[in-house]
Amino acid sequence: MSSSAPSAAPPRQGGPRPSPPVVSLRSSRPRYGEKILYAGLVLAAGVSILTTVGIVLSLIFPAIRFFQEVSIGEFLTGTSWTPRFADKSYGVLPLITGTMWTTAIALAVSVPMGLGAAIYLSEYAAPRVRKTLKPVLELLAGVPSVVYGLFAVTFVGPVILQGVFGINVGTFSVLAAGLVLGVMIIPTVASLAEDAMSAVPRSLREASYGLGANRMRTVLRVVFPAAISGIAASIVLALSRAVGETMIVAMAAGGQARMVGSATEEGQTMTGFIAATAMGESVQGTLAYNTLFAVGLTLFVITLLINLISIKLVNKFREVY
Amino acid sequence: MTTSTVEPTEQPRRLVAAANGDRDLTSLVFLVLLWGCLAFGIFSLAVLLFNTAMEGAGRLDAQLFTNYTSQLRPESAGARAAIFGSLLVMLTTAALSIPLGVAAASYLEEFASRENKFAQLVELNVQNLAAVPAIIYGMLAAGFAVLIGLPRNTVLAGAIALALLILPVIIVSTREALRAVPREIRQGSLALGASPMQTLLRQTLPAAIPGIATGTILALSRAVGEAAPLLLLGGLVFVRFDPNGLLSGFTTMPIQIFDWAGRPQVAFQELAAAASIVLLGLLLAMNALAIIIRNKFSSQR
Repeated sequence: MSSSAPSAAPPRQGGPRPSPPVVSLRSSRPRYGEKILYAGLVLAAGVSILTTVGIVLSLIFPAIRFFQEVSIGEFLTGTSWTPRFADKSYGVLPLITGTMWTTAIALAVSVPMGLGAAIYLSEYAAPRVRKTLKPVLELLAGVPSVVYGLFAVTFVGPVILQGVFGINVGTFSVLAAGLVLGVMIIPTVASLAEDAMSAVPRSLREASYGLGANRMRTVLRVVFPAAISGIAASIVLALSRAVGETMIVAMAAGGQARMVGSATEEGQTMTGFIAATAMGESVQGTLAYNTLFAVGLTLFVITLLINLISIKLVNKFREVY
Repeated sequence: MTTSTVEPTEQPRRLVAAANGDRDLTSLVFLVLLWGCLAFGIFSLAVLLFNTAMEGAGRLDAQLFTNYTSQLRPESAGARAAIFGSLLVMLTTAALSIPLGVAAASYLEEFASRENKFAQLVELNVQNLAAVPAIIYGMLAAGFAVLIGLPRNTVLAGAIALALLILPVIIVSTREALRAVPREIRQGSLALGASPMQTLLRQTLPAAIPGIATGTILALSRAVGEAAPLLLLGGLVFVRFDPNGLLSGFTTMPIQIFDWAGRPQVAFQELAAAASIVLLGLLLAMNALAIIIRNKFSSQR
């Protein structure tokens, strides 16, 4: 059978059919509906970029108006924050020290507790135990922060700190706020650290056991170092959560912005200031309103830096194995 | 005829050989410490729930659900406006965030190549936005509302803030659900002549629905419990009416709890604890629903 000309092949009976003259893998008719749908998907993905741009723009314009009235130098180095007093001063350092205190206390709770729980769940717990206890632990992250705030004010401060430990704290203290904040972010540390340790290849553990190391030694000398970038990422993420958490510190840390000198004092954090001032129905365009956004911008820049470090670490630990 | 001696590769057995090495004192102390860490977290949760239940039990009555809040009479004040507000905001948030999140995740997972610069930028943004403080989203929504001339304290503005807040969570969990759909389903569909978009809409997405539902419900439960972004919208604290539309004023359960907890009278603290029980009950129900969907799905596989 000779090869027929590509055009005008009449239908014939019997014998193998010739292949169609023009072979196209594309669909025969354009699918405009699909193109529109695809554009919709791309746009939806673009929303996340728009959100970042929107955040920057919505923070930066009021902040610029703020810095037209208050110099950046005074804002960043001043040690007195009294925007609501007659004698106003706009030094953000008291708010930053407040945030540092609550964050440090929170990390002092959540990092050891979270890592310990992660090691237990990843290396020691039987699969069934892990399957039950992990969701229970993660419920800690699901409790609303206002409920934690109420818990800090009505129970941790007066009953635990004053009653059980006899520490002389007032109604509000960075200690109570920080402790409760730390409990809230335990699952943040534990989940990511456990993922990182579970991703360490079994062969490394087998080699360690084969050399005669017991489980503790294997965990501390082999698994932990191998998972270190994921563990670091979990701590950095917890840091970012602690810096940005609002309701607990707004309810339990107190409303006075001052340079906090000890854990039993009260102090205001950046987020606490934003929450307290926003409650007061500030009018747009006023200096008080712009102050919110100047503090918000400071908070955003700080957490952005922390997040970028955390993203770098996470991507690194994903690459290793 | 000999049977193959190679065992089929099943689940690898747990390593137990070294368990006998955990007999010296240091190892035991270490193990007890690890136990303590886990127990501390779970114990804290138990104390938190128990304490909230004890403090609020006295005011967990019908008035809590039927009455509006009050400045002067905490003994008969209720969270009616807040309960309706939370439900309406949750529905609006879901309507905004689920289509956007699922669409964005479908693009990233099914269409974008790894080298695509736009997709890389989107991924970096999603990773960063997931850790941006919640209160910043309130500033975004407030700024946006002012820009388009909308009053700030509306259901729509609140829902936009919360939808953007949980969008990264929905995107990440939808991508995981899509990734769990076997490749063979896509290949079979494509081999039968379906276009990639038809494959996504008729095969991949329906197969991923249980996973997407689980992740979405968990994300929504986070939105329901969140108060910080809504504070920035202003005027939400003392609301004595039911929200009646997207542009209506509103308040939500967490805001109401925050307001009551900050008042000096003990009766208001009790009221805050009672409202916390209601909120926790709602969130627990949502979490349970998510777990049921996940378990039902994983037993089918």
